[in-house]
Amino acid sequence: MILRRLIASTTRLITGVRRLHEPVHGEGPAIYYANHSSHLDFVVVWAALPFAARQLTSPAAAEDYWSKSTLRRWVSCNVFNAVLIPREGITRENNPIDRLAEVLGSGRSVLIFPEGTRRSDGVVGEFKSGLHHLAKRFPLVPLVPVHLENLSRIMPKGSLLPVPIIAQAHFQKPIQFCPSEPKGEFLTRARAALFGESEIV
Amino acid sequence: MDREFILLLGSVVGILVVSSIIGAVLASRGGDEKKLKTIQNLNARIRSWWVMAAVFSAGIWLGHAFTTVMFAAVSFLAMREFITLTKTERADHEVLFWAFFVITPLHYLLVGVRWYGLFTIFIPVYAFAFIPFRRVLAGETKGFLASTARIQWALLVCVYAVSHVPMILALPLKNYEGQNPKLLFFFVLTAQLSDVLQYVWGKTCGKHPVAPHVSPHKTWEGTVGGIATTVLISTCLWWATPFSPWQAALMALLICLAGFFGGLVLSAVKRDLGAKDWGSSIAGHGGFMDRIDSLCFAAPLFFHLCGFYFGTGMDPRPPDWILHWLGK
Repeated sequence: MILRRLIASTTRLITGVRRLHEPVHGEGPAIYYANHSSHLDFVVVWAALPFAARQLTSPAAAEDYWSKSTLRRWVSCNVFNAVLIPREGITRENNPIDRLAEVLGSGRSVLIFPEGTRRSDGVVGEFKSGLHHLAKRFPLVPLVPVHLENLSRIMPKGSLLPVPIIAQAHFQKPIQFCPSEPKGEFLTRARAALFGESEIV
Repeated sequence: MDREFILLLGSVVGILVVSSIIGAVLASRGGDEKKLKTIQNLNARIRSWWVMAAVFSAGIWLGHAFTTVMFAAVSFLAMREFITLTKTERADHEVLFWAFFVITPLHYLLVGVRWYGLFTIFIPVYAFAFIPFRRVLAGETKGFLASTARIQWALLVCVYAVSHVPMILALPLKNYEGQNPKLLFFFVLTAQLSDVLQYVWGKTCGKHPVAPHVSPHKTWEGTVGGIATTVLISTCLWWATPFSPWQAALMALLICLAGFFGGLVLSAVKRDLGAKDWGSSIAGHGGFMDRIDSLCFAAPLFFHLCGFYFGTGMDPRPPDWILHWLGK
């Protein structure tokens, strides 16, 4: 789809992010997770993926924002193939983990932001347990950490003016879920892996 | 286009052909891993040089407007690298937006319409005041002086200094009407040749570092050899300039020395910011700033010395249509 390629290459041109030549985890679906500091984050990771992998990846996006108008709904569903997940009023019916699991189960990759919310101070916050719940359901799917740098400087929280800072998306070594590992330790390890401080288990 | 310009272009193509052949021969000879890496980098540099020389020559050939737009783009991309490496705060965000999207385009507009009077003071007077004015509105006092100074430096080095290169085209010189593109070419060729030859001399027989803490690869042998060779070559191009041969030699020496110190100063800034290269946009070279660092400080010096010794005086007034529009 031409529109997709156009949006991806425009995003790379504006943010200075380079496209990955081949997926870091090899073949098959993956759970990409990244730190969250800007509205641009999911578009940037999506645009940095190799074309074939991008076609098979669904980023998680806030349902309240992306389903507000027909245009937003169309863009999120048809351009980004996003998984719309609720941020508030979570019930058994709209559980975000179920929605992500459904996409992963169909053989696609997902992109999530385990901090849950955008940080404005440039620090990567503690991870919420969503990443653990998802990894537990798909223990064999590799987890690919993506460290985003400088995106909050391009368009920080509370500003609509962009500044042309050069951003970077570092795809780090994938990590594996380990069933015997306690949740807290897993989340700490996953967070550390964002900075390339972990070995493949 | 006049014959001398074609001749200048021809000499650049000649230099590039010779270096491409040397690069290919070196690559086919092989060697140990470290040597191969150097040769790979050398060939990447030469390939980038072909592209840069082509874009630059085409821009000059197409005239004043194209040259101005080309250098505006270089300034924008250089400042982008400068600001990316600089640790800017949230409170700088709006000031930066102004610097990139209002001050830089306006300044180059002044280059484009050749309003010399405002061109010389727009950044040192108006932008200099505007930046702290806007920054103080953000209400953050922590790091205020450092923040404003960084942005002012970025504008002065990346935009104000660099814009003196296209402004050479508007410089009225005695007995040299309509030939300014050749002078611009002479300036850029000398500055870049000096960089290249210092690199070549340094790689082949460099031993004693000039400033080991600032730039470990700059050696006495490289600097002296590179500058001497450049002055020699540039002096041989005196016929393309308004200078006599010995004047051309002095001007070339000035460009080389200002370029050397400019490179050293920006290298110190880069290290202060904790980086090795300014960016990775130009294969083999690093970023735009790595390529133009020697130009930044040399350009205003060269411009004003040319104007002072060989000029007939810049007209500081705006063009007539602007005066008319302002109702004067």
